[in-house]
Amino acid sequence: MVVKVYGPAYASPKRVIVCLIEKQIEFETVPVDLVKGENKNPEYLKLQPFGSLPVIQDGDFTLYESRAIIRYYAEKYKSQGTTDLLGRTIEERGLVEQWLEVEAHNFHPPIYQMTTQILFFAKRGLPADENLIKESEEKLGKVLDVYEERLSKSKYLAGDFFSLADLSHLPFTQYLVGPMEKEYMIRDRKHVSAWWDDISNRPSWKKVLELY
Amino acid sequence: MATPVKVYGPPLSTAVCRVVACLLEKDVEFQLISLNMAKGDHKKPDFLKIQPFGQVPAFQDEKISLFESRAICRYVCENYPEKGNKGLFGTNPLAKASIDQWLEAEGQSFNPPSSALVFQLALAPRMNIKQDEGVIKQNEEKLAKVLDVYEKRLGESRFLAGDEFSLADLSHLPNAHYLVNATDRGEILTSRDNVGRWWGEISNRDSWKKVVDMQKQQHSP
Repeated sequence: MVVKVYGPAYASPKRVIVCLIEKQIEFETVPVDLVKGENKNPEYLKLQPFGSLPVIQDGDFTLYESRAIIRYYAEKYKSQGTTDLLGRTIEERGLVEQWLEVEAHNFHPPIYQMTTQILFFAKRGLPADENLIKESEEKLGKVLDVYEERLSKSKYLAGDFFSLADLSHLPFTQYLVGPMEKEYMIRDRKHVSAWWDDISNRPSWKKVLELY
Repeated sequence: MATPVKVYGPPLSTAVCRVVACLLEKDVEFQLISLNMAKGDHKKPDFLKIQPFGQVPAFQDEKISLFESRAICRYVCENYPEKGNKGLFGTNPLAKASIDQWLEAEGQSFNPPSSALVFQLALAPRMNIKQDEGVIKQNEEKLAKVLDVYEKRLGESRFLAGDEFSLADLSHLPNAHYLVNATDRGEILTSRDNVGRWWGEISNRDSWKKVVDMQKQQHSP
């Protein structure tokens, strides 16, 4: 029985896919087209009642929220693939959880606003809210300044090991440096820049970009 | 003897209460060190050393210094598995996954609109900040859609992640409490049969009642 991941074309499902690749867990993907509104179909809503992506199916087991899914698989397959994605001790796990929450509540909201405005609205010729983009970029910049300080003292966010906290940043940062054309936000910060080069050059992330 | 477990932040802060509620459920002794945010305590260099984003709460025990309320709660559950409510974070991986799923749903779907409403309806007036009717309407609509999903779920399940009260339910207490008790929009929760029933159950837990008492004892800065 192979894990099914819904919506591989989009960012949050990629958070799950890169984790499954790091853990050497077999999976298959099921496309979901947001433009066609397939996430609002009754069959999809049975799996993910909020209509968001991703959801996974693992036999009879269904789970949604990408950050819950990666925690589950990193713990279930602790001794397989990259082994310390959740740290090696309770204290290290605490730090991984801390930086995962920072990503979810400090990093994600502004970068998600920018993604919606710049990639979904503006690139489709729909009116984008320039003020919102500017405000979000400022907010994100302040968050990245804290990361710069942290990463000047620590190779990765939670410590000297690559963890789910770093992994969680991959999909939307890829949008930032790529189609959003805001690579300077990363490159202007020496330690954030080195960290980005390190994590985005992992074979698992390169595989995700190659396949999806 | 002073306990090594310390929580930093004002008792009126929703995120601080999330951590306090968890510590009370887990029967872990702690010291609450209040901060005066009106005076900018949370932006001072000493505090920024333990919370570089200048937010509350921060947490310390003899092993670690942590921030982010939901991370602190998870750590407390993992570090004290045998204390207090042992099932708060599940007793097997599938139960834990379901709790994590609903903790994430709280953080990503419930928290943003409910926080915005609490700020606009309960806090802005006290701070002499003009309310934004557009923001209120937008977030009421968002929250209503989220609570429609909760209504269905809580018709099939006693608590969000399953039959037992968990960290996922606990995480909703602070914002929901303000909505029901400090704004006139509480019926967004209480008028829905299943959400109302759930709210009644979780807000009546001893641990939450203790948090509410603690908030009442807070003198204004």
